[in-house]
Amino acid sequence: MRAVAVTSDRLELEPLVCLVADGGGHGAIASFVGTVRDHNLNRRVTHLEYEAYEPLAMKALEQIVAEAGAQWPGIRVAVHHRTGHLAIGDASIVIAAASAHRGNAFAACRYVIERVKQIVPIWKHEFFEGGEVWIEGATANPTDDAARLEAVRRACA
Amino acid sequence: MVRLFARLRDIAGAADLARDVPAGSTAADVWRALVAEFPEMARYDSSISTAVNADYAKMTTTLSDNDEIAFLPPVSGG
Repeated sequence: MRAVAVTSDRLELEPLVCLVADGGGHGAIASFVGTVRDHNLNRRVTHLEYEAYEPLAMKALEQIVAEAGAQWPGIRVAVHHRTGHLAIGDASIVIAAASAHRGNAFAACRYVIERVKQIVPIWKHEFFEGGEVWIEGATANPTDDAARLEAVRRACA
Repeated sequence: MVRLFARLRDIAGAADLARDVPAGSTAADVWRALVAEFPEMARYDSSISTAVNADYAKMTTTLSDNDEIAFLPPVSGG
């Protein structure tokens, strides 16, 4: 299994935890699971469709893993993002980070999700009672250092 | 080839468009031609990103024959 993936298969956290644990001895593993919410901006959400520009999304995820490694030396990070039809409660993203101490593990985990929302070419198509809408967040710019530093700031808040 | 995603794909009614562009054209030139064809895309003028051959690129990037250019509306993964 790879540390990064974009897949239409159902996501599982446990394999990522095992991957970053790498046999153990790290001291701390933090994880994050993003799931499909049943409401958004007062709309009753029925399901989501995620679309990705897959080859670029993979590169962007690899960049994020590399950035986390530079920010927190020794960290081990894995992140898988799902695409396609997701029902309420389904996991859209799973992240695991292993470190010697809990602080860096939590921080790296948070960093990865913040960065995914900034630079990974994946889009959320929300279907709700009465309509549908493409959710649009950040203009992706992987070399914008201010955005990267904002992700670091949030990770360490 | 031009690749479009999310709302841009919906506006164009297609994920891929084959478009011939003059030699020396930049990503911005291709975008302007798209907006001329699909005026609804104009509202993305200041918020799109672009990628050439599946690597992020600047709008000033000059295109070569057979390049794949993608236009990306603001992302919303996670």
